[in-house]
Amino acid sequence: MAGEKTLEKVVCEMEVEIKNSDGLHMRPAMRFVDIANRFDSEISVSNDQTNVDGKSIMQISMLAATCGSKLKIRAEGPDAQEAVDALRELVEDKHFDEPVPGK
Amino acid sequence: MEIKKGIAVSPGISIAKSLIIDSEDYLIPHRLIDNSQRGDEIQRVRDAFRNAIDELTELEAAQNQTSSKIKDIFAVHMRFLHDRSLRKKVTDFIQSELVTAEYAVSNTLREIASHFTKVKDAYISERAADIYDIERRLLKHLLGRKREEIGHLTEEVVIIARELSPIQTAGFNKEFVKGIASDAGGRTSHAAIVARSLGIPAVVALEDLTALVSGGDTVIVDGNRGIVIVNPDEQTTEQYRQYASEFEELEHKLDTIREKPAKTRDGTKITLLGNIEFPEEAQVVLEKGGDGIGLYRTEFLYLNTVHEPTEQEQYQAYSQTVEVFGDRPIVIRTLDLGADKYTQSKRFVPEPNPFLGLRSIRFCLQNLMMFKTQLRAILRASVLGNVKIMFPLITTRHELMQAKMILHDVMEDLAEESIEYNRDVQVGIMIETPSAALTAYSLARDVDFFSIGTNDLTQYTLAVDRGNELVSTLYSPADPAVLRLIRTVIQDAHKAQIDLSVCGEVASEPEYIMLLLGMGVRTISLAPPMIPEIKQVIRSVTMEDCNKVARKVLSMNNERHISSYLHDAARKILPEAF
Repeated sequence: MAGEKTLEKVVCEMEVEIKNSDGLHMRPAMRFVDIANRFDSEISVSNDQTNVDGKSIMQISMLAATCGSKLKIRAEGPDAQEAVDALRELVEDKHFDEPVPGK
Repeated sequence: MEIKKGIAVSPGISIAKSLIIDSEDYLIPHRLIDNSQRGDEIQRVRDAFRNAIDELTELEAAQNQTSSKIKDIFAVHMRFLHDRSLRKKVTDFIQSELVTAEYAVSNTLREIASHFTKVKDAYISERAADIYDIERRLLKHLLGRKREEIGHLTEEVVIIARELSPIQTAGFNKEFVKGIASDAGGRTSHAAIVARSLGIPAVVALEDLTALVSGGDTVIVDGNRGIVIVNPDEQTTEQYRQYASEFEELEHKLDTIREKPAKTRDGTKITLLGNIEFPEEAQVVLEKGGDGIGLYRTEFLYLNTVHEPTEQEQYQAYSQTVEVFGDRPIVIRTLDLGADKYTQSKRFVPEPNPFLGLRSIRFCLQNLMMFKTQLRAILRASVLGNVKIMFPLITTRHELMQAKMILHDVMEDLAEESIEYNRDVQVGIMIETPSAALTAYSLARDVDFFSIGTNDLTQYTLAVDRGNELVSTLYSPADPAVLRLIRTVIQDAHKAQIDLSVCGEVASEPEYIMLLLGMGVRTISLAPPMIPEIKQVIRSVTMEDCNKVARKVLSMNNERHISSYLHDAARKILPEAF
């Protein structure tokens, strides 16, 4: 985990893995942006090819991340750390409250 | 302002806001806008998003569903509608490409949807359906109301469609539907027939009209000249208001001849009957001074309901009409479904060539239960007035014999059950195929009357699909081949001393009246709103004029010459109608 202090904002970055079986479909995408929108920080999410706004359901769902794919979450702003932590928890610990393979 | 020329199919002029309808997909006007309109279109996008959110909120509140799946769907759609970057994508598209709000919404959402369909994961690719849903919801607000709501209009509109199905037109409320304009269709398309019978101005065959109109645009439908004007300027609107009031005056003048007889100047009496489809139209026939009903189409009973109409339902519909007319004649045509009239139905497997397929009487003869149910209902109604039965699309004598045999079976059944019916009910046939016309001398021996259906007779004689705008110019009842067949039928009917009427579209076209009279026709059945105008033509001519016109036309061998000759002859008689 990298946290660096700049003049007024913090930038946080972290890689997460999608663990639920059905991947980042509509409902998980909705959960994701709902949490992202609680924070003041700007949040972006990227895979190998694209970098999208973490607060837009359109953009997040268009990542079409399937189970096992890795995404990089980047937050920039006063509450960047908290934002990244909350999103990591949702994706990796709670896996969007959805079933995971083999369970 | 855009001016489009089409085919005028129902007279009158209307000026109203457009309502775009279509059966399946929504129509997207792919029209470029001016720089100056960008702000307006962007505002329309914002409004559409806001209205869609309001609508969704209401829908969600009204849902008693506790299923979390359904709640999730609502919630996801709501997130999309609130998504600023989605809205921005749409408005940026308008800014850079100068397209309409509808086009930008459709294009943007479809692009997103196609992105999903490309994903290999089935679960994610199925999400495209959600995007289409959101697209439809937004378009609904941009394009106006949905089809289901046409029955519940609260303001005057002009209906714009690519093509109108019988089911769609059946639901039109004349009070609010002020005009009809469609891309496809011809003079005899279903939309045209319904428009004329309801007295709604209509123009068809406008090709790409739907691409030029946005929901809510002001549209002028000029059903006299076959012109449609989208977003007219002040001056044009004013001019058309004037035309409209002049037309109303003419209509009013024609109404005053309602009580006068349909007699030529030299005293030959002509019987004018109405073609109707819906029981409510029976009243229009009386208001316009008709002597009865020469063609009561019964398809509406089958088109308006999901289940097959019961004997009782049919009996009620028929008796309602019969009672209005007392002892005046009512010719009920048995079911004429198939081909153009029932293509929307899921009940019948589509045929490769429906006009030459299982339609009309052929369909009835293969669905005896249904056919017998209808005949029972008609026979029961026959004791209430002067009911006649007419079989459509007879092609051979054998078919006529089969139909008559079934009618007799039904009569016997009724007699056994001691149910009253008129034993002497008159039975006739439509002459609308070349084979029937050519064997009219023989068919005449077994029927009480003929009714010439010039629409189908023309299309089958000339091998032209009247609804196909690519060849519709080849369709003309004034073709010498068609006229020769009509003459044969009239002569054979006279020889056999049976009744004869003409009930095709030509019967409501002033330019054909002198010809028909001259050829020996004395009974005409036509769209009810046209009765006064045709009566006016009849009252303005002498049989001598008519005979001269008929002789001249039957000696001509070129359809165009015949058409223009008929037009000129009629214009001399009734200039204000042209």
